[in-house]
Amino acid sequence: MIEITDLRKLYVMGEEEVAALAGVTLSIGRGENVAVIGPSGSGKSSLMNILGGLDRPSSGAYRFDGEDVGGFTDDELAAFRRQRIGFVFQSFQLLPRLTALQNVELPMIYAGLPPRDRRDRAAALLDRVGLGTRMGHKPTQLSGGQQQRVAIARSLANSPDLLLADEPTGALDTHTGQEVLALFRQLNSEGLTLVIVTHDLDVAAAARRRISFRDGLVVEDEREAAA
Amino acid sequence: MRPIELLRFATGAIIAHPMRSALTSLGVVIGVAAVVMMTSIGLGAQQRVTSTIAGLGSNLIIVSPGASRAGGGGGGGGFVMGAAGSGQTLTDSDAETIAKQVEGVVAVAPVVRGQVQLIADGANWNTRIEGVTPDYLVARDLTLASGRMFDEREARQGKKAIVIGQTVATELWGDLDPIGRRVRVRGVPFEVIGVLASKGQSSFGQDQDDVVLGPLGAVRSRIVGRRARGTTVQTIYVKAADADSLDRVQEDTTNLLRDLHRIRPGDSDDFQTQNMASILQASQAAVATFTILLAAVAAVSLLVGGVGIMNIMLVAVTERTREIGLRMAVGAKRTDILIQFALESITLSLAGGLIGLTIGVLGAVAIAKLGSWPVAIPAWAGPVSLGFSSLVGLVFGAYPSWRAARLDPIEALRRE
Repeated sequence: MIEITDLRKLYVMGEEEVAALAGVTLSIGRGENVAVIGPSGSGKSSLMNILGGLDRPSSGAYRFDGEDVGGFTDDELAAFRRQRIGFVFQSFQLLPRLTALQNVELPMIYAGLPPRDRRDRAAALLDRVGLGTRMGHKPTQLSGGQQQRVAIARSLANSPDLLLADEPTGALDTHTGQEVLALFRQLNSEGLTLVIVTHDLDVAAAARRRISFRDGLVVEDEREAAA
Repeated sequence: MRPIELLRFATGAIIAHPMRSALTSLGVVIGVAAVVMMTSIGLGAQQRVTSTIAGLGSNLIIVSPGASRAGGGGGGGGFVMGAAGSGQTLTDSDAETIAKQVEGVVAVAPVVRGQVQLIADGANWNTRIEGVTPDYLVARDLTLASGRMFDEREARQGKKAIVIGQTVATELWGDLDPIGRRVRVRGVPFEVIGVLASKGQSSFGQDQDDVVLGPLGAVRSRIVGRRARGTTVQTIYVKAADADSLDRVQEDTTNLLRDLHRIRPGDSDDFQTQNMASILQASQAAVATFTILLAAVAAVSLLVGGVGIMNIMLVAVTERTREIGLRMAVGAKRTDILIQFALESITLSLAGGLIGLTIGVLGAVAIAKLGSWPVAIPAWAGPVSLGFSSLVGLVFGAYPSWRAARLDPIEALRRE
């Protein structure tokens, strides 16, 4: 599904050019459960931004289901994020003014779904992540674990092909973190492709494939033997 | 993406901070209210001036004695107040000759004026008296409420009959019918034979009903005699048949009077003529300038209101950077963000315009009710103020919205 070839991302820092990604080649297949690990500054976040269509590579190719995402226009990237990617962030990124239900509806509004359809789907998704009784709550009225589950429900709103999670358990205690990981595993077992960026080795251990980054390069790519 | 959803996002953000939104719109509220009130006051004044000047008589030429030097003679406002001219160059025979020789003249009315104390049935009242001929009613477009006007024969015979204004009637006799009653003017008894229809106050604050009309000869010889010697008059009103002949009548009158007064070519006139149409035009132009000035000052406050909106919109974009980043991450296009913030700004401004329009109209009505100032709310006030406030929202919201749409989603999401 994902094919990246010699991907580079350069930033200009003052007079120096820094390579966040220094020539990465890898492929991720449909239905995989991948953890991207590495110390901060290793390039794993840059990779996630490019995979999610939030950023463009400086050079190299990024093909998603055969499409050249690297060459997309701004509007094409927006449509790509809307239709094919679900994001889960460390800090949840829920809009504080909106209820849980409205937060989940948001991506479907941009996709142009009629109000009734998107409300039904948002309710079903909240039910699915175990928050069927909290739909009318604002984010401030929910615990961290509950907020992250709302964010996961939102990421699933437009039935994405790829779920990208950036330190999804970083702001949660161990117990709720485990619950969120269990939810991810379940989603993956239903066929959703999952890429989790983390530096937490426990989180990484739960994945089927671990890709280690250092200084913008892949240093290790290990797969769990098929169980 | 449905456009209505963007409007819903915009109004949602406005409603989320009611106090801030209200204060943001306040500048536009004040600006629009001020523009509406100022133009209403200006238009009202214009209409009042027009009706007052028209009320002096239509198609009228006013001939006064004295040269038409700027600031000379009887002074400004002389044409209305009837202040004595600087000379006594106009006579009854001038008026008669104009009536006979100038074509297209409907009425020629020579006038002398004075201030007198009226005494009747134990009451007394100080008022203006005008010595006139019957043509005066025609020239000044006056009508009688009751009784009759003295005729040429009575005037010539020196009959002591007068026609009084409503104010005089009320002051001397209250609700009683004044017709046939006697009144002493400087010790001379006159009989009231008619009452003028009310004309109300002029825009200069003068009560036009506080006046007495008497026969020209009698008033001149018995009442204002000390000032008006012989057969001189203070003003001659010349009424042309229609507006088109007004300029020609004015020119013919001027030429005739120069002949009669034996003024050599090149010498300046010893009288002046004023044409009602040109007076009206000049007054209207003056009021229009005044109105534009007021509206311009008010419009500046509308621009200040626009700057206020821009300021708050820039704050909103900074404050909601993470929201913008998130919206982009879940698939909003840059134009979606741009339109959302532009709509927010336009809605704020338009709401302010709507409230300002309401306040402006209510304020104008209140000024009309409480003060005696005339007010006319122009028909275009609604569409123009709403259109203009939308434009203010669009123009001053453009830069903040563009800033929002140009944000880098990665940076935006990282912002605390």
